[in-house]
Amino acid sequence: MDWATSLRLTAAEELLSISGLVLLLVAAWSGDKASRAISIAAVAVLAAAAALTAPALCAGAMGAGTSAFFGQVSADSFAAFAKLLIYAASGATLMVAPAFFGRLGAMRAEFPILVLFAALGMGIMVSATDLIALYIGLELNSLSAYVLASFLRSDGRSAEAGLKYFVLGALASGILLYGMSLTYGFTGTTSFEGIRAALHGGLSMGAVFGITFMLAGLAFKISAVPFHMWTPDVYEGAPTPVTMFFASAPKVAAMALSMRVVLSAFGTAQGAWQPIVIFAAMASIVVGALGAIGQGNIKRLLAYSSINNVGFILIGLATGTPAGASAMLVYLAIYVAMTVGGFVAVLMLKDANGEPVEAIADLAGLSSERKVLAACLAMVMFSLAGIPPLFGFWGKFVVFQASVDAGLVPLAAIGIAASVIGAFYYLKVVKIMYFDEPAGKVVGKSGWEHQALLALSALFISPLGYLLTKWLGELADKAAAALFHLA
Amino acid sequence: MSSFPILSLMLAVPLAGAVAFLFSDAPRARTIALAATLVDLALGGMLWANYDIGGAQWQFVEKVPLFAGFSWALGIDGIALVLIMLSVFLMPVCIGASWRSIEKRVGEYMAAFLLMETLMIGVFAAQDLYLFYIMFEAGLIPMYLIIGIWGGADRIYAAYKFFLYTLLGSVLMLIAMLWMVHEAGTTDIPTLMAYDFPIEAQKWLWLAFFASFAVKMPMWPVHTWLPDAHVQAPTAGSVILAGVLLKMGGYGFIRFSLPMFPDASANYAWLIYTLSMVAVVATSLIALVQTDMKKLIAYSSVAHMAIVTIGLFAFNVQGLEGSMIVMLSHGLVSGALFLCVGIIYDRLHTREIDRYGGLSINMPKYALFFMLFTMASVGLPGTSGFVGEFLSLAGIYQMSSWVALVGGTGVILGAAYMLFLYGRVAFGEQKNADAAAMPDLDLRELAMVVALALPVLWMGVYPESFLAPMRADIAALDARLARARPAGDAQLTAGKPKPAAADHATLESAPEGAH
Repeated sequence: MDWATSLRLTAAEELLSISGLVLLLVAAWSGDKASRAISIAAVAVLAAAAALTAPALCAGAMGAGTSAFFGQVSADSFAAFAKLLIYAASGATLMVAPAFFGRLGAMRAEFPILVLFAALGMGIMVSATDLIALYIGLELNSLSAYVLASFLRSDGRSAEAGLKYFVLGALASGILLYGMSLTYGFTGTTSFEGIRAALHGGLSMGAVFGITFMLAGLAFKISAVPFHMWTPDVYEGAPTPVTMFFASAPKVAAMALSMRVVLSAFGTAQGAWQPIVIFAAMASIVVGALGAIGQGNIKRLLAYSSINNVGFILIGLATGTPAGASAMLVYLAIYVAMTVGGFVAVLMLKDANGEPVEAIADLAGLSSERKVLAACLAMVMFSLAGIPPLFGFWGKFVVFQASVDAGLVPLAAIGIAASVIGAFYYLKVVKIMYFDEPAGKVVGKSGWEHQALLALSALFISPLGYLLTKWLGELADKAAAALFHLA
Repeated sequence: MSSFPILSLMLAVPLAGAVAFLFSDAPRARTIALAATLVDLALGGMLWANYDIGGAQWQFVEKVPLFAGFSWALGIDGIALVLIMLSVFLMPVCIGASWRSIEKRVGEYMAAFLLMETLMIGVFAAQDLYLFYIMFEAGLIPMYLIIGIWGGADRIYAAYKFFLYTLLGSVLMLIAMLWMVHEAGTTDIPTLMAYDFPIEAQKWLWLAFFASFAVKMPMWPVHTWLPDAHVQAPTAGSVILAGVLLKMGGYGFIRFSLPMFPDASANYAWLIYTLSMVAVVATSLIALVQTDMKKLIAYSSVAHMAIVTIGLFAFNVQGLEGSMIVMLSHGLVSGALFLCVGIIYDRLHTREIDRYGGLSINMPKYALFFMLFTMASVGLPGTSGFVGEFLSLAGIYQMSSWVALVGGTGVILGAAYMLFLYGRVAFGEQKNADAAAMPDLDLRELAMVVALALPVLWMGVYPESFLAPMRADIAALDARLARARPAGDAQLTAGKPKPAAADHATLESAPEGAH
């Protein structure tokens, strides 16, 4: 293992960090007026990083040849899959953010740079194969995220969101670190491979505690029940583009990280983590669905919806099989498209003065005033509910298929029955948009970036998305195979 | 003809029409919708004409492995053929029924209907388990919108109820399907129809499918969404709901539950019998006391569907054929009855039976056709209703005379509530001046009721046209069910005929005029 190989394998991360630093200098010298140019540059950097990452996925890279820096990170196809989703979501955030902040006069040059650093941190998270690298990536992402949440300095809600996120995030990091220290103490190593080998013989009580605490910390990051309480408040308070970012990229990163930790490091201790994951999955589905029913704010609704979706993704994790992992990745890809589509649609809901409209009641009769927008939002809602022929169904389908194939039929049956509760509140949004008398609130127009992004995600979640199932499935299978290469 | 993807084309035509509405105004939307449905009807006619009776079991087969884990597989047998014909036949009538009564958001309305048509044909033509499920479930979205946007006063409650009830029923079926594919290793419906699942597993799978089909059917006690949805839906929505959507439940039983889980079907036949018997009696009695015309017909639908389930689980050819005919007949007749209600609703904007009366005086043509459909619903010989109900009850009589007895009361009660309805609406004195001033059928309405009346009579007089395409498939299903068929309580023993020669001889020797 030489340095050149390691540097080559982590080229995307290097590109992101160097460009981030350079753009930071540009920002320092030219000030906020350059923020639009920096945003464009940042999107270009993300695209380049994606181009650097894609070959590993297409080639199905796995095994020792992908391990860099002495087993700290692994640039395999699994990491590549997650990174591509993360870069795409980050890029989408950067596309819609300038319009939102610009109207408030709050667009500052640091925004795209923070997103870049967050993406860098997430890239490290998903490729980490060592507890230390894991923690560095996680904290790099979290620190950027805390600042992003409170980016609207003048807005009390934004500051509150940032503070809540910071305090609870720090608590979760502490729990995670405690779990990591226990794991290290009882296995004698920080590398995933080493932990896997050490746990193979049997579990000591300490290791069980280590696993439990680590899972609790990770559950916070993916906002799985019972560590979900921060989600609605942060999603509601944070500026909408940032909310869109939180709901998409870090979710993917944290979920991929959990997959790697659970399936790779703790892969031989399935008995210890499976009940926890099953509980978190069921609880997330039910709490996410029930919690959403009373919500009057569309951002809070989408927050509960993301909790609900995390539950479904975790069903894939509970199987502990390559098919389950592949299904999770497919679900994540579709989930990112639905989230981006949903939040872009929310960003496009503006009243006559351009003020954002967030109350669900104000969407009344949207379909007779803004036909296309309402249709897209309705598609997102039906898709999130998992109603065929929209593509959101496919995510749920593959996850349940994996769990049935793994013999977890009761889990699948209860999970899918609980999804009917969720359908109720998605339907409520459609009902308000289509059945109620027009409220005449949403009249503002939006820029072309919004329309393009919305059109793209709507096309993806439309039935045409099914034409991609083969391709998506193959990529996810390759990625999942890399994850299980150790076994 | 066999290589031409006619089924895909039939799916594509309404879909293309639905997309075209995004760019059209109201008058053009109506024309496009009518054109698209008529084209589909013509294609359906070609399908029927080219269907080779007695040929291969599955015809017009298309299979393109387009998706991960399942494929775009279409193909029909005789059972699917007649149901597709029913769908494409009812669609132009529905468009005609909404020609004037729908004024707001016409484009979206027509788009939703054409989307429904695509999905209905898709359900009947799908040869892939998952493709079937997607088509089956997807119908919820346009139907939710149709009820919710264009329905009556209580439309939102009805739309929710319809959606959530049917969704809950179906999701469990999805889990069962996943398990079946895992076990059998294929998503191909014809293969699965011949696959023998372990008996213990069959019972669970059967219950999961039952949960879905019983709601769609609908069977008592999960029928309560139907009266709400029917009453609140616009006329054309009711026609499609009663005419075709309910048939999806019956189709599900005959395509999935019976051939795939024959042992479990026999095992749970008592459940079907019990629920159906309760349904026949209870919903008929409920129908008797309704004051709302649409509700009355909706409850009568539940009763008729119970006759269908009774016939299906008779495990013999008569029962199965009878059920299919009841489904077809009910599709036409209840559709026509909803249309008749819609015609007078358009004039007076009420469905209260008491607000009408003596319509045969000022609307003689209307009264005539309304009577024909009433009689068909009752099951008068010569109409389609008689053929189906007779065969179904004859079938179940071989299995259980008690069920046949209770099921038979449905026919009597059906006559009671339908004739009572007809009497109150069409006969008697004209107590309401506004009802007495209503004009008779115009040309458009006349065209629709005549179009529905002809096949009702055709099926009643010469049902062979409709039975012939299905005969081989029903026989195949009967053979598949043979090993699981429970013993009936009717101990039929064949009589001892006289030797043929002797009989002949006596006839010969009898002197002319001895009779």
